Amino acid sequence: MADTVIRVEGLGKRYRLRHQRQDGYIALRDVLADKARALGRRLLGRGSAVPEDEEEFWALRDVSFELKRGEVLGIIGRNGAGKSTLLKILSRITEPTEGRVRIRGRVASLLEVGTGFHPELTGRENIFLNGAILGMTRVEIRRKFDEIAAFAEVDRFLDTPVKRYSSGMYVRLAFAVAAHLEPEILVVDEVLAVGDTEFQKKCLGKMKEVSSSEGRTVLFVSHNLAAVRNICRLCILLDKGRVVLLGPVDDAVAAYSKLTASSGRIRPVRADMPTITSVVVNEQLASAGQLSIGISFESPTVLHPLIVGVVVYSELGSAVFGFNTAQDAKSIQWSAKKGIATLRIADPPLLSGTYRIAAFLGDKMQNYDVIEDAAWLTFISPVTLPMGVDANYIGYTRVSGEWTIDIPAAEHR
Amino acid sequence: MTREVEELVLEAGRTERHYWRDLWRYRELLYILAWRDIAVRYKQTAIGVAWALLQPLAQMVVMVVIFSKVANMPSDGGAPYALMVFAAMLPWQFFATSVSSASMSIAGNANLISKVYFPRLIVPAAAVVTSLVDFFIAFAILVALMLWYGYAPSWRMLTLPLFVLLALFAAFGPGLLITALNTEYRDFRYVIPFIVQFGLYVSPVGFSSEVIRERFGDALFLLYSINPMVGVIDGFRWAILGGEVPLHMPALALSFVLSAGFLALGVLYFRRLERSFADVV
Repeated sequence: MADTVIRVEGLGKRYRLRHQRQDGYIALRDVLADKARALGRRLLGRGSAVPEDEEEFWALRDVSFELKRGEVLGIIGRNGAGKSTLLKILSRITEPTEGRVRIRGRVASLLEVGTGFHPELTGRENIFLNGAILGMTRVEIRRKFDEIAAFAEVDRFLDTPVKRYSSGMYVRLAFAVAAHLEPEILVVDEVLAVGDTEFQKKCLGKMKEVSSSEGRTVLFVSHNLAAVRNICRLCILLDKGRVVLLGPVDDAVAAYSKLTASSGRIRPVRADMPTITSVVVNEQLASAGQLSIGISFESPTVLHPLIVGVVVYSELGSAVFGFNTAQDAKSIQWSAKKGIATLRIADPPLLSGTYRIAAFLGDKMQNYDVIEDAAWLTFISPVTLPMGVDANYIGYTRVSGEWTIDIPAAEHR
Repeated sequence: MTREVEELVLEAGRTERHYWRDLWRYRELLYILAWRDIAVRYKQTAIGVAWALLQPLAQMVVMVVIFSKVANMPSDGGAPYALMVFAAMLPWQFFATSVSSASMSIAGNANLISKVYFPRLIVPAAAVVTSLVDFFIAFAILVALMLWYGYAPSWRMLTLPLFVLLALFAAFGPGLLITALNTEYRDFRYVIPFIVQFGLYVSPVGFSSEVIRERFGDALFLLYSINPMVGVIDGFRWAILGGEVPLHMPALALSFVLSAGFLALGVLYFRRLERSFADVV
């Protein structure tokens, strides 16, 4: 009992979704207008029924678990399963709507790498800034400064503004600060999605060390199942805000794989028309920089040649690329009544981001079935973008190139 | 490890308990955030300092021309009109920049608010501290102006820190209130420039508050002093300019009481909305 550091009882978080307002913000103008309308209605004696334009949504519900000192808990689940909400409540960023959490000890949360880093400030300055944001005192930071700089391997660039850092250096520095916090409880969100493999290994090692030899408790959210397996023994699988499974990590990972395999939408079969019955995106592969999309179909007649295809759209709606069975020599002459066509792209030239998948089914003559929003895909590219660069601005494809420069001799100083 | 382990309970409506202690524990974050804003501003542009100097100076010139040359208003106890205006411009500029930068501070630090816990009060507080730095820079102009006019300060100058404190007090309350409103209601920001603009003309910045008192009498003047900046500005003029004009104590007391009231209201309102900041930013 004395060893229990976190006890979560019946935790729930409700969000109110507001329809009608597209940007999701509350405008004072609307609030005043609503009030005036309600007042007017009351004056006219028409009751006080206010139009209901709110919908409740439980991001988390009935979550209970206990954690003992030195344990490492993995938290896995699909996008929107409530993982981040759980971490936000535990790190006191947002309040629960119901239930209770009892925590013994200082909590440090690392929900994002380099929170509060300012591009104009130097590495040294950012260490102090970030440290303070994460709850360290100046004395503490000064004491650990050399260790942090060494861990991040940026000693030579400490007095360079971080806007000139490569994204790798940036991530290393940010993680180094967080890794040298000395909380009793460390809460870590999907932060290892960035950074190179070498450094990811180093970070995982650090987290292991922190829990086993220093007796700290770690909560770790990741899509990277190998990493979760590597450092956790205990794992929670969340889905739609509820705990599906709490137990040994291998069980949770197995259950997760089953869950993700059935993601995407299932549609009823129509007797008279060829139909796409489901579109499944492998989210696990997508978060590891690969694409695998399975399209199940059924048709009253044999489709010849069978044409199945997908189009990948950006979050903002522009088509990025499409690929169908007629574009691949192996599948160009397929014919079938029923089956699952799976598209695999080992290394799609995409930047990290959210994409919409459209799927279609047809034959040589026409398309029989088109699903515009068959699935959403969160793609994590192995190559990270420099800070401040967004795929929505520079486009979605990943290119590799080489710059050279010629400087006129007169400009050399 | 000898650190005592205490239990923290998180449930709906329970954040109050540790708030003030946390605020103290996170005080270093206040310095660091203020330092960050200042460092960034002065790093990015050499205009940073110039801007802090130029803005009040330009406004002062306009005020002097309008109120002294065009409207022929009298100065306080024979001090140069420019000096009298500038003595008021100092606290007014501080008030205006505090309120407007505080109001943007939560949105401007949205990435912090949604990713890390700390008492949110620190964010607008840091914005006010940053404005205080601009205040000190502008104070240098006052010193230069006094030298230019050969105007020696009296012993009253020593009381100025008290009035600076009062100004800080007067700015923080409304600042918090507006910050919370601005975070909750995204269209509130359109109102802020209006409030600041309007305040400049209702406060005795371009003219002496004596003018009001003489024309409308003591009772109405007290009503006028409901604007807490009246007491602050009069205090600044009294301390900086010396002269015969006495300090109007009732107005000053009113300013103090109202500032305290605004501060209490601001803190209460801010605390009430603060819980949902992470969900709305």
